[in-house]
Amino acid sequence: MSESAAVWSERGTTPAKIDAALRELLKERRAHGERYAPARVLNLVVVADRDWQGEILNRLEGVGRYHASRTIVCAVEDGRDEIDAWASMEAEEDDIVAGRLAVAHEDVVLELGTQHLEHLDRIVDPLVVTDLPTVVWSPHGHPEAVDALLGLAQVVLIDSVTEPSARGALDRAASLAEQAYVVDLAWLRSTPWRERVASTFDPPQWRPELACISGFTVRYCPDSEAAAALLVGWLGNRLGWTPGPLTGEPGSLHGTARGDDGDIAISLEADPSMPIPGLSGVTVETRSGLMLTLDRGAGGLRARRTTTEGEQSWTVLGASRGEAGILGEGIRQALLRDKGYGPALAAAREMICQ
Amino acid sequence: MTVAPPRTDQANPLAEGLERQPIRPTILTVFGATGDLSRRKLLPAIYNLAHEGALPERFHLVGCSRSDMPHGDFREMARNAIEEFSRRKPDEKVLSKLLEDMRFVGGNFADDSAYDKIAELHGEFDEQAGIVFNRVFYLSTAPTFFPLIVEKLGEHELDSHEGADVRVVIEKPIGTNLAEARELNQRVLAVLDESQVFRIDHYLGKETVQNILALRFANELFEPIWNRNYVDYVQITAAESVGIGSRAGYYDGAGALRDLVQNHMLQLLALLCMEPPVSFSADAIRDEKVKVLHAIHPPDPERVEEMALRARYAEGVVGDEEVRGYLDEDGVAPDSQTPTYAALRLEVDNWRWAGVPIYLRTGKRLARKVTEIAITLKPVPHLAFDHEGSVGVQPNQIVLAVEPNEGVTISLGAKIPGSRMRIRPVNMEFLYGTAFLSESPEAYERLITDAMRGDATLFTRDDEVEAQWTIVDPILAGWDAGRGPVAEYEAGTSGPAEADTLLRPGERWRAI
Repeated sequence: MSESAAVWSERGTTPAKIDAALRELLKERRAHGERYAPARVLNLVVVADRDWQGEILNRLEGVGRYHASRTIVCAVEDGRDEIDAWASMEAEEDDIVAGRLAVAHEDVVLELGTQHLEHLDRIVDPLVVTDLPTVVWSPHGHPEAVDALLGLAQVVLIDSVTEPSARGALDRAASLAEQAYVVDLAWLRSTPWRERVASTFDPPQWRPELACISGFTVRYCPDSEAAAALLVGWLGNRLGWTPGPLTGEPGSLHGTARGDDGDIAISLEADPSMPIPGLSGVTVETRSGLMLTLDRGAGGLRARRTTTEGEQSWTVLGASRGEAGILGEGIRQALLRDKGYGPALAAAREMICQ
Repeated sequence: MTVAPPRTDQANPLAEGLERQPIRPTILTVFGATGDLSRRKLLPAIYNLAHEGALPERFHLVGCSRSDMPHGDFREMARNAIEEFSRRKPDEKVLSKLLEDMRFVGGNFADDSAYDKIAELHGEFDEQAGIVFNRVFYLSTAPTFFPLIVEKLGEHELDSHEGADVRVVIEKPIGTNLAEARELNQRVLAVLDESQVFRIDHYLGKETVQNILALRFANELFEPIWNRNYVDYVQITAAESVGIGSRAGYYDGAGALRDLVQNHMLQLLALLCMEPPVSFSADAIRDEKVKVLHAIHPPDPERVEEMALRARYAEGVVGDEEVRGYLDEDGVAPDSQTPTYAALRLEVDNWRWAGVPIYLRTGKRLARKVTEIAITLKPVPHLAFDHEGSVGVQPNQIVLAVEPNEGVTISLGAKIPGSRMRIRPVNMEFLYGTAFLSESPEAYERLITDAMRGDATLFTRDDEVEAQWTIVDPILAGWDAGRGPVAEYEAGTSGPAEADTLLRPGERWRAI
């Protein structure tokens, strides 16, 4: 569907002028038709390098219906001392033409300098819609900007797989979690895997196998060690394992966790053939001789179950969400509260941060 | 890490906290798999569940219909249906894999060999997987086949299977009157336990209908006024701008009362009027809904014209389109007495609602498509100020809009700017579309998932269906006996003027 947009821009502007412009845009749009309403779901504040601003805007465009109702992109450029801004209000053209209720979202891009970041809250605060949840996402670092915004944001969106090291990423996530609700895209990348492992052991006949898991291996895109660690952390936490440290070379970490009935061998193995961030496969082994393997495949996850009686394989159906789908899911999750992440993060840090 | 290790009698520890709870491996057998409902709704819904990874970890679909065809032709039919009617463009890889696991069994529904083949296929799936699949039978056939298919399932011992949950989903309509509904329920329940039966009312799968429960029971604001002390009257409207299209064969035998009032609109009424359930379990909610339906005294067929009005559309203009009258529609008998419009005045005789008229109104070829519940509160007892020179103070209204623009509107009296105390009504409007990021899933996606999971909350129970017919049957009997003429209304209008006779003095129907 194409979109209809009203646009405003100004060089050397101020937050007050931008706020006034947004209200004026709303008036203009309402003058076009009665069935027009601004979405009021959440504010998304993005801090990004100005050179990569286009890429970020494209990613945000890709989230489709999960687009935040007001997005404020702070495009940071060294040496800039004035704020330039443009604002737009967009609604689906099809809805307007058909006379349906046209729900619009507002986008603001601020081009500003690094010296603005320390007090970024003063610039952004007048621009967020009051009483809506505010989410901060800073995909290119700029921790000082995130820290400045924590006073007005309730949610911080991070992606632990984009940090240089998994250990650093998990420490940063834990630190942020003390001050705000954290939505970690690395955690969301593991959602289908968590669902599938849970489903596999859901039938009563397989449930007892959970108590005698002897090995758990996670394969992952080489930059997604944090996602793999979170998955292990989740499983260990849910099954009451006592975690031990994982050691080895980057891309190949091994260790053990202790369960009630014995040790569990844990392996995190990078998979260079995995082209996109996230996980590529998991293997669960039990002392009774069961081995369950899930791997990415065409049309879903390829499942293989090996027991003493033989081997079976099938496809667990599901389409890849892609990077845009993951980001959209991250924005949606900002409105929910996932109680699983905190304990999984704590367990992952015990294994990978020692 | 403090979670205790799992025991088999405990809940799955891995499922806790997951947004999407596991569904046991399932074989879904669809009777009437090549029919219109299957092609337009069921198969696309199943594809969308597959796309989202929401089907059970292991899943097979068996199509069954009277037209015989090879598995490959059925898959091709399913592919075409999904490509045409899916709410999203299919992912070829997911679609191919879904189709791979589809099978087809052809044969008359009375044909024993068809059930043998189904049993054989189910057995093969179990054996190949080394597990016992749950079985869900979806009856997407003409209603006359419902009891036959269920009885055949019983004869062929497909109604239960060791180690598996066996469920049967039955599409509407459940009978065309109380006697038929009772007979169908009796024949179905002679084979199955009520807990195995999932009667579809797809209205209940709509997010906005479920939101009635959220609005009522998640907000302290409304409960204190949700009773006869504050509510003056209620209007429930389900208006359509379309005519009967090519459905004369069905519609002329059913009419507005059976088509929408007996099921969907009485469900809306029950959700609106029910007491808070003790829990949100299926039976707790259905128990409360049934109490409401039982509290509506069945009308007296001899006096049906005092509380019910029927009408049919005459030629007119809908939007900018000139349309035919009902009697001129293809397939409609020239002497048809079938109403395309029905309006009722009901009362729920209990402590909460006694004396509050609840008006129901539905019709085809009305001015526009709208489904809403409007609750009009009583007027304020005393006005301390003069409001001359304005439309004045109107009673507050709470409008729950179900479609097309889902939301809640509350009308309030507000002062018109100026030196005098003049009042006019203004609206405080909440629109679901502006407040949530998620797209509502299709009702059938939700209902199929719930049936596979065994959650009957959004399905109607036998006593619920019979209670609905108990209200509607006397009206149909009265009409069949000629009580109350069939009024006419011009297509594209708000319906017949005669509908006003159901209202109390001073009341008026909301504009459609």
